[in-house]
Amino acid sequence: MSAVIALRGVSRTFASDPPVAALSNVDLRVAAGDYVGIVGPSGSGKSTLLNLLGLLDRPDCGTYALEGVETTGLSDPARTALRGSRIGFVFQAFHLLAHRDVLDNVMLGEVYTGAPRAGRAARAAAALDRVGMGHRRDFRPGRLSGGERQRVAIARALIGEPALLLCDEPTGNLDSVTTGAVLDLFDELRDGGTTLVVITHDEAVSARAARRVRITDGRLSELDAPTAELPAVSAR
Amino acid sequence: MTMDLRDLAGEVLAGIGTRPARTALTILGTVLGIGTLVTTLGVSATAGDQIAGRFDSVTATEITVDVNPPARPDSPPTVRWAALDDLARLNGVEAVAAYSQSPAGQEPAVRANTLRDPERVLDRTLPLLGASTALPAAARTEISLGRFFDDGHIRRRDRVAVLGEQAARLLGVTRIDNQPAVFVAGVPFTVVGVLGPVRRADQQGLTGAVIVPWTAADDTLHLGPASSVIVTTSLGAAPLVAGQAPIALSPDDPAAVRVQAPPDPAELRTGVAEDVSGLLLVLGVVSLVVGALGIANVTLVTVMERTAEIGLRRALGARRRHIAIQFLLESTVVGLLGGIIGASAGIVAVVVISVARQWTPVLDAGLAAAAPVAGAAVGLLAGLYPALRAAGMQPVDALRGPG
Repeated sequence: MSAVIALRGVSRTFASDPPVAALSNVDLRVAAGDYVGIVGPSGSGKSTLLNLLGLLDRPDCGTYALEGVETTGLSDPARTALRGSRIGFVFQAFHLLAHRDVLDNVMLGEVYTGAPRAGRAARAAAALDRVGMGHRRDFRPGRLSGGERQRVAIARALIGEPALLLCDEPTGNLDSVTTGAVLDLFDELRDGGTTLVVITHDEAVSARAARRVRITDGRLSELDAPTAELPAVSAR
Repeated sequence: MTMDLRDLAGEVLAGIGTRPARTALTILGTVLGIGTLVTTLGVSATAGDQIAGRFDSVTATEITVDVNPPARPDSPPTVRWAALDDLARLNGVEAVAAYSQSPAGQEPAVRANTLRDPERVLDRTLPLLGASTALPAAARTEISLGRFFDDGHIRRRDRVAVLGEQAARLLGVTRIDNQPAVFVAGVPFTVVGVLGPVRRADQQGLTGAVIVPWTAADDTLHLGPASSVIVTTSLGAAPLVAGQAPIALSPDDPAAVRVQAPPDPAELRTGVAEDVSGLLLVLGVVSLVVGALGIANVTLVTVMERTAEIGLRRALGARRRHIAIQFLLESTVVGLLGGIIGASAGIVAVVVISVARQWTPVLDAGLAAAAPVAGAAVGLLAGLYPALRAAGMQPVDALRGPG
């Protein structure tokens, strides 16, 4: 199985006085179907790593191949297109549009990808069914609980069938009960073959991942396995 | 990667509809600006047309010729009475009349009977006019009682009189079938008729006058030759007749008469339109600028508020141009809505003002069509800077923004 993510020798330094090395010489390889938890305290470079993985930022040096496509040399529009079509984002703050109903919010995930309009509502409904929110499609986000909102946001990330689901503190705004529900959903998605990268400071969240990576002071270390890669987990 | 236009339209409309109250208030600025402009232009066109229209139908056909008195009492008259026929022959002339008038301050005493009643003042001081027969037609008046005198009365120097409406009331003459008499400076005249209202604005003096044949007036008070000639023309002939009148009336000294002709209606229309619209037009443009600033301000605030949404859209694959176009279109649609509502309100205002003044509203279809376009252009300009700000945001920073 080819790697979804292949980071090699990636560094990112922010210009300040003194310069801050948020990431230094990071290697990371994530295979299709992996469920990776990246854990680290605040200030450890988690956000920088997420931004790089999400093509929201460029590394200073090193290479980043997404599904075998080398991204560091791509133009901004090409990176934007790749981001829109191959990466699904799940944010701590959900980022749902408060004035649009649930179905609209999920359909927004496809507006910029060039996907045909025909069947979009059906695909959005299917994505909502997948996260167990099919019965809430006409609701406004304001009427949903935090866990429900996050599941809608996950459905929005899933509608374009991304190669990678990139989650940034997905349970940061949730209580323990709804956190459990979202993590159960992640398990289901992973069982369905979705590649998941979950970045969190919460050990309990990362503990659910099949593979855990710790980030400290801009350096990565595998927690559970001495080798850099787990054998690919076959679905089901 | 292109974005479906229907998707773009949907996002724009949803963005505008998100905060209806704010959108309405934002639109209001443009509504006021465009409304003021449309009202101003519409009302000035209506008023200009209205005034010019009045001149077209009535005033533009009226000419008055003032005759200078002869240099010496025994010199020949400036305008001979026979010269009226020379003027009446001209093309475009509909009626010509002339009259001599008792000088101001020397009006004769007029009374309706010879009764000497020490308790009542029966003498009225009324102007005496010695006129030619076409006076009612030339002054746009009618005989309400009896008749006007004719050429026979003039030729025979008959002492007959026609009273103006007001003069008849002052003298107590209400009927003429009993052949009432009035005494002008003691000389009796038989009243043969009473005039109705005078519709010619510059001849209102006739209502209070005693009008007699010019020959009889000359006999009685030595009024002499005509001091005024009044002419009505067919529509459009006034400028031509005004130029020809001095030569026809006073061939040997055309400069001795002064012609008062109506102003050219076209010039008048333009003048009025410019007077009315100048200041209000400035007001409308100022309102429009204020409206544009309002749109720019609100759009900028909206961009700041929707920073997180912009970040989300970028994360979902929106390019900078998608973000810019969306905000640009939102402000343009707000401007367009303002333009449409403003133009409608302006047209309604023009109609209401016209109805209140009993004018005929003049509505320019081009203006009504251009106003919404102008509103959209204002919105487009106003949205330019906020849209560029939105497009320039880094998605990483934007996602951290206010959510």
